[in-house]
Parts: sequence; C-alpha cells; structure tokens
Amino acid sequence: MLVKRLLKRGVAHLDPPLAGLLGLLLLLSLATVYSASGGDPDKVLAHLTNMGVALTALFLASHIPPQRLMQFALPAYAVGLLLLVAVELVGDVVNGAQRWLNLGVTRIQPSELMRLAVPLMIAWYLHHKQEILRPLDHAVAIGLLLVPVALIIHQPDLGTALLIATSGFFVIYLGGLSWRVLAGAAALLVLAAPFAWHLLHGYQRQRILTMLDPSSDPLGAGYHIIQSTIAVGSGGVAGKGWMNGTQTHLDFLPERTTDFIFAVYSEEFGLIGNFLLLLLYGAIIFRGLVLAAGAPTLFGRLMSASLVLTFFIYAFVNMGMVSGILPVVGVPLPLVSYGGTSMVTVLFGFGIVMSVATHKKLVKT
Amino acid sequence: MKTLRLINPELEFLRYRRRLELAGYIAALLFMVLLGRFFWLQVLQYDRYQSMAENNRIALVPAPPPRGVIYDRNGAVLAQNYSAYTLEITPDKAGDLEETLARLAELVEITPGDLRRFRRLLGESKGFESVAVRSRLSEEEVARFAVNRYRFPGVEVRARLFRQYPYSDTLAHVVGYIGRINQQDKDQLQADGQDANYRGTDHIGKAGVEASYEHWLHGRTGVERVETDSGGRAVRVLSRDPPTSGSNIHLHLDARLQQVAAEVFGDYRGALVALDPRNGGVLALMSKPGFDPNLFIDGIDAANWKELNDAFERPLINRALRGVYPPGSTIKPFMALAGLELGLRQPGDSIVDPGYFSLPGSRHRYRDWKKDGHGIVDLKKSVVVSCDTYYYRLANQMGIENMHRFLGQFGFGERSGVDLDGELAGLLPSPAWKKRRFRQPWWPGETVIAGIGQGYTLATPMQLAVATMALANDGVVYRPMLLRAWQDAETGRMHYAAPQVVGRIPLKSRHVAVVKQAMVEVTLPGGTAAVAGAGAAYRFAGKTGTAQVIGIKQGARYDEKRIAAHHRDHALFIAFAPADAPKIAVAVMVENGGHGSSTAAPIARKVIDYWLLGKLPGAPVAAAPAQEAPVDEESEDTGPVLEDAPATTPAEEGAAHAG
Repeated sequence: MLVKRLLKRGVAHLDPPLAGLLGLLLLLSLATVYSASGGDPDKVLAHLTNMGVALTALFLASHIPPQRLMQFALPAYAVGLLLLVAVELVGDVVNGAQRWLNLGVTRIQPSELMRLAVPLMIAWYLHHKQEILRPLDHAVAIGLLLVPVALIIHQPDLGTALLIATSGFFVIYLGGLSWRVLAGAAALLVLAAPFAWHLLHGYQRQRILTMLDPSSDPLGAGYHIIQSTIAVGSGGVAGKGWMNGTQTHLDFLPERTTDFIFAVYSEEFGLIGNFLLLLLYGAIIFRGLVLAAGAPTLFGRLMSASLVLTFFIYAFVNMGMVSGILPVVGVPLPLVSYGGTSMVTVLFGFGIVMSVATHKKLVKT
Repeated sequence: MKTLRLINPELEFLRYRRRLELAGYIAALLFMVLLGRFFWLQVLQYDRYQSMAENNRIALVPAPPPRGVIYDRNGAVLAQNYSAYTLEITPDKAGDLEETLARLAELVEITPGDLRRFRRLLGESKGFESVAVRSRLSEEEVARFAVNRYRFPGVEVRARLFRQYPYSDTLAHVVGYIGRINQQDKDQLQADGQDANYRGTDHIGKAGVEASYEHWLHGRTGVERVETDSGGRAVRVLSRDPPTSGSNIHLHLDARLQQVAAEVFGDYRGALVALDPRNGGVLALMSKPGFDPNLFIDGIDAANWKELNDAFERPLINRALRGVYPPGSTIKPFMALAGLELGLRQPGDSIVDPGYFSLPGSRHRYRDWKKDGHGIVDLKKSVVVSCDTYYYRLANQMGIENMHRFLGQFGFGERSGVDLDGELAGLLPSPAWKKRRFRQPWWPGETVIAGIGQGYTLATPMQLAVATMALANDGVVYRPMLLRAWQDAETGRMHYAAPQVVGRIPLKSRHVAVVKQAMVEVTLPGGTAAVAGAGAAYRFAGKTGTAQVIGIKQGARYDEKRIAAHHRDHALFIAFAPADAPKIAVAVMVENGGHGSSTAAPIARKVIDYWLLGKLPGAPVAAAPAQEAPVDEESEDTGPVLEDAPATTPAEEGAAHAG
C-alpha cells in the first residue's frame, strides 16, 4: 500500500540534476568495482544489490517530510548514545577496538547510526532555539556533539569520531557560532595537539608517522600507502585503461574494492579520470549546497548543508588518504567503494537533502 | 552570557549563505589541493611510480641450469641427470599440513622415510618454498593426483631433474655426490661472488669430482621475467633468458678398469690407484668398501648415515687419499735409487746379510724378515728378495736428511695435488720435523727403520702411485689428474687438460734402469711377487710391501694364523708396466691383506692385465680376510721383525725408540 502510494506520487520529491549526477557516480562505481574485484560476478551482483537498497533508501528518505524527520532527532540520538555507552561497557573487541555491540542476533556498530543522528540532533536543537539563540545554546550544541565523539574516540575509532565531529561542527558553524568562539576553539586545538599526541594509541600515532614517511615501514603500516601511491602515480595522465591496472589485478593493492578503490580508479583512468571524478563530486556538492541554501527551514538548511559537506569531507579524506597526503583512516570513497552500509547512509542522506528541497512548496514555515 | 539575542531571520539567512559559500570555497580549494597532488603523482613523478609498479609486477625468476654430465675416458656416464616427477607441498598454501599429508597418502605411496625427509627439509625451508614429499612418481601416481588436484591446495606435481650415479659404490669416492646447499655452502658462494648464479639451485657438489669441478658442472643460471602477483605467484612468463647447462666433464678414469679393480678386490678393504705415467691421468682410483652416493643427494637420512658412518669398515673414508700407511718395503726401490744417485752404492756392490743389522757400538739388532739372512746381497737382489738388512745399512749410511731430501722429490710427505678434496699429506720424517713435533732429537735407530719404510714414514696409496709413476717415467712427477677434458656447454668445444709437471727429478738413466730391472725380477721366479707375475705377457715391474698393524713383542714372531683378521698386516704392492714403456703405474693397498705378495700383487696384476691386454679377471684374487689365504714361503715378504715393539703410530714409535 505504501509502495503504491509512493509510486503514485512518483518522482516528485527527487531532484533531477542531483539524481542524475548521483546516477553517473554510481555507474562509475559499478565499472570500478567490476575491475577492482577482477570481474567477480558475485561481488558485482552484491554491489548492484547494495545500490538498489541504497537507492530505495534515497527514494524513501526523499518522501519523509522534514517535520517528520525532526521528530526522529531526539530518539535516534538518545538510542545512539545509549548504544555507545553500552559498547563502552560490554562491547566486543574486534581488531583491538571496542566498536561492536553484540545483540545476540547480529552485531551493530552504533557509531554508524551516529553519523546521521548527531547532525540531525544538533540541527533539530538549533532549529528549536532559533528564535532566541543564546551563547548557552551553542554550548549545549557543542556538548551534544562532544559526548558521542568522546565515546567513539575512546573505542577507539578516531576516523569515525573525526568525521562525526566534522558533521556536527558544520551544523554549529552554519548555525551561526560566533567567529570569536571558532577562533578560540581553533587556537585551543592547536595548543592541545601535542597533548592529544600523547593520548593517541600507538597504532594511531603510527598511522600519522606512516603518512609522513611511508617508507619507514614498507611491509607493515606503510604498505597500503606505498602501494596505493604507486598505483595512483603509475596511472599517469591517461591511466592504464579499464581492467588493466597492474597494481590492482596483481593483488598489490590492499582493500582495493573498499577503502582503496580510488587507487584502482586512479590507476586505470589516470589524471583525466581523476579530474572528471573531482568534477563530478564537485557538481554533486554544488548542487547539494544549492538545494541546502534554498531550504525553507533552518533545520532543513543546517541538515542538508551538513550532509553535503560531510559527503565532501568523506570524499576528500578518502582521496587524500589514498594519494598519501592524509593518514590512513577507515573511510570509504562515498558512493564508489563497495560496501552497503556506507552507500545506504550516504544515499539516505541525499534523500533527506532532496526531501528538504522538495517539501518547501508543500509545507510553508 | 546573559544577553538575549533576538534573531533577525533575514540577517540569519544572509549569514548562513555567507558561511555556506565560504565552506563551498574551502571545499573547492581542497579539491584543488587534491588535483595538485594528483598532478604531482601522475605527471611529475610518473616515471618513478611507473617503474615502481613495473618492479612490483615483474619478478626475475631464476631458471637453474641442468648440471653437466660426468663421463669416463670411454664416454661411459658416471653421473647423469634424469627428469622425474616430484610431489611438492608449499606449506603456506597447504593449510593443515598433517591432514594434507594424510590425504595424500591415500593417493600416492608415502613411506616413513619420505615423511622423515620431508619434515627435515621442511625445517630447513621457508614457508613459501615448495618442499618435496615424494620423488620419482610413477605415471599412474601422477595421473591419480592430477584428477584429485583440486582437493589439495598448495600441492603440486613438478618435473625436476635428478642426479644419478650409475656406478654407485664403485665410483663413489671419485665422482662423489651432490647434496643440498647448506648455510656453509651459501657463505662460500657469497664469498666467491657466485650466490646470484645459484639462485634457484638446490644442490651443489659436496664430494669428489662433483665438488672439484662444481664451477664447470653447475652452469649459468638463466632468468625468466615473470609477471607476478603480490603473493609472488607467477602469472605468466614475459621473456626468458635460458640457462646455460653445466659443462660436461670427461675423466681420464676408465670405469671398466675401476670395475675390474673392485671385482678383484673381492671382499677386502683397501685402495687402489692407477696412474698413466705419461701424463699423470688417474686411470682408476678406488677405495673399498664404497657407499651408494645416490643416498646423499637429498640429504641422507639418519639411519643410513649412522650405518655408513659407524660401520667398522669406514666406507665413507677415501682410503686412496686419506688412508695413511707405512709404505714398508715399497720404499725400497726408491731407497735403492737414492743409494745409486747419491753415490753410496754401485749396482755391483754386495753385502753379507747375517739376518740383522746393528748400529756401530750397539748390540741392538734390527732384524731382517728372513731370520737367517739372505746371504750375499747386491742392489738388485736387495729389491728382488726385499732384503731388510741391505736397507738398514744403506739408510744408516745415507742419513735421514739425505733420505728426506731424495724421497721428497717423489712426492712423499706432500699432497699429490690430485683434483679431489681431502687428500692427506702423509709423513716423510726429518729431524726438523721431529723437533717441531716432539721437541726431541732424531735418533740414528729411527733412520735405520725409515730405510725400510717403517717408523714415522706414512704414505697414502695415492702418494705411492705418484712415486711409482715418477719412477716409471724416469723422474717426471705429474700432478695426478682425474680431469681429462671439459666440454664447454656453450660452444660444445672440448678443452683438454694439459698434463701438469710438478717436478722433474734429475736421475741417471742407468741408475733407473737398474732399479727397474730389479723390479721386473721381483715378479719373476725368485722374486717376492713371482706368483703374481707368473705368465705375464709383458715386462711387469713391481715391489711388494707390508705395513704392520700391531706391534710384535720382542722375540715373538708374526704368526698370521694367530692374529685376528683386523690385526693382520696391510698388504702393499706398487707396479708399473710394460717396464720399458710404462703405460700404467699402480699402487695397491689391501687392509689386513697379510702379504703384499699374496693379496696386493695379484690385484695389481689383474688390473694391469686388463689395462694392457683387455683381459678380464676370472675371480677375486683371494678369499675374504676371514678365511685363510695360502702363504707361499718363497714369496714371503712380511714386515721387518723389530725387537723393540714397533707400532703403527709415529707417536708410539717415537717413544719406543727414544727410550
């Protein structure tokens, strides 16, 4: 019944330019995953399935009115926070990090939920306080951000924590936090950096050191970076051609369908391909920001812009990591990497962006 | 903090727009940074990364060369390669090894010995290297495995070249064997700068000709440029620089002659060396008992090793090069020649042999082997009947220094330089040596017994053969050589080894002729080897000798029948023939053979018969030492009977005479 209704309403809530650009990116992803997996039909089929699920998520999200979404903010955030605390207390340790919560039936990673829940919560909070915004409200917003981030850092999952912190920061920044506070926070961050270094876990420090000098440990921590940099560099201007990347097909690239898929793409399509990819990402981000700017409510503006900018951060961090200018953090290349969770989360986010943009005619503030 | 701020939606929206635009610009800027990075990597640093990717991708896989073949002088193959299938496991890829082995055993036969060897090799290799479980799979086994191959990851059938020694124990001490390269070999190869050429080679010559001519036999390792994945597995071959197989080695040795020698030795232990007096070529070099060199190729297992190494017969020792024995009476022709050359004796000079010799002013008697003496003895007769008294007296007159100098020219006390490893130098004593070794002066009595090849003097069968060769060819000392030629694998050309002259002894031909004639008469009626020489179709020159194994108590007499077999004297015989134009010089040592005349001489005769006449021996010369060999009184040539208990070791001997 729901499906029928949705189909009747059709594509009214989709933004055609954004949908078209995302579609292009997905096609490119399909080609790259095909190559990266060595044409493994199982993997390609699974990838297609993930895309189907993620597109459905986008379609559904685009039909959720922003008001409805706002109602989810507090419960989603509260549940997410509870789960994080639970992880802290009884989580499973995988690869030395306590990130997973075993529900008996399945294990979940609550930090994934928080990727959407944190910006949602802060946007919702600032939206509600928009009539009379006091400095204290910004402090609360910052608190809403820092608590889950601190819990995730402690797991430890620095990459996710930083990304969630960024998405929350975008909301607060766009919500009008004064420049003086921003500047103060930045100064504090710089001052705190040496102390933070001591708080980092050994492997985290190693990753940063490795980024600075990958050759210090060529078969250990530096291996990923060295091999991916070789892949990117050897791609040259025109690339080695689709399915012809030697780094990829001879198994030198680690994680080549997931976090390091950009190396595959870059090796096979070269600088020209990279330029086109950046252009495509840029277009998506531009369109997303345009839609965010046109949103009728503060919540919509903050939420949409935060989602789009976070999308940008994901893309930038991933490509920066693969090309060796950022430390290795477990971030997939959004909408290109193989992997369902990330794809669903990102497209669901774009669904929200479209919903916010298309519901303005229907719902007046 | 307390101020409430009313929000102006218009202003608020403008600020949002400004901040959003700023974020957008920053995003664009960061993308430009990325683009710059890509430009750096993909354009400016392209060459560097391109070559790194190539190096990643392309592995140089060594292609080991087939080893050179070893031939005898007639082209008989002494060491060859054959191709066979082996079943190999790469432990890293195989998963549960024990389970894999158990399942494999259902398909192909795997003996406990195979398993032992596999586990030993496993311990020596790295996990990504394949280790052989079984070699020489039958066609049927290969087929059976091929069908089930999918069930065995990390298990492969490979065609490999194997080394094989067709003559087994007969030529074990000459041809030697190859074995797996160990750490010591690796260090040596590295020191020689050869380690690169041995990539991909598992085996190296460990003993014998295999070791001596390793540098020719091995060949040049080729290289395949192979595209590999990150696991190092070859995906496909891009280009190939084929290996150059090892050079073939041709020996002077005649395998059939060697077989004849082995055959006529029967069950005796001992050694035989036959040289070509015209160039020093080693025609036969035998040490009995031998061992099966094929056991050593892939590492001998503990049980076999123990059996070989602990055996009373010591089969692993090359007696021809490492067995040192008192030369006994075989030294006499050389002493006779020394007497002539040094002007101490004329051929016609005679002495009267009362059956003993005493030093002036001493009542100590050095007794002849013949109790009542040989009567009137001239130089020729002294050789023919092996008169001890003659040489006691001559030695005393000559003095140890002269003796040392003269005999040294024939190679006594020095390694012959034969192209095999492990040769011992024997011992040619001198006062200087004794002072160094024992810090004691030389006693005149020691010179006396040195005159009949007893006392400190020790020689290997090879040294006896070299001395005999030098006598046979009138004084040319060649370096004994197994190598006759090597065949360059690249050009196919044969490179013949030139004879190497170590020294030319200035000898007067009339002196040499006298000694040679005496040696011919040794094998004629009346000589100590008359029985062995009977009916020879050529002039057969020889000299018997006996080396004592245990000392005889003062006044006691050596009684062969009452002495345990392994305490019997070693029998020696040196010979060359034909006497006028020698084509072969032989030294035979039969451990516990008793008399040179009864065991060693017939062996030499049959070997020479074969060499000169092509006559095959009928049966071994004598029964094994456990049985009684008939002794001909006439040809008896036991060692001297010394009144001081002599011993086989120089140390004891020195002590006995010092007192």
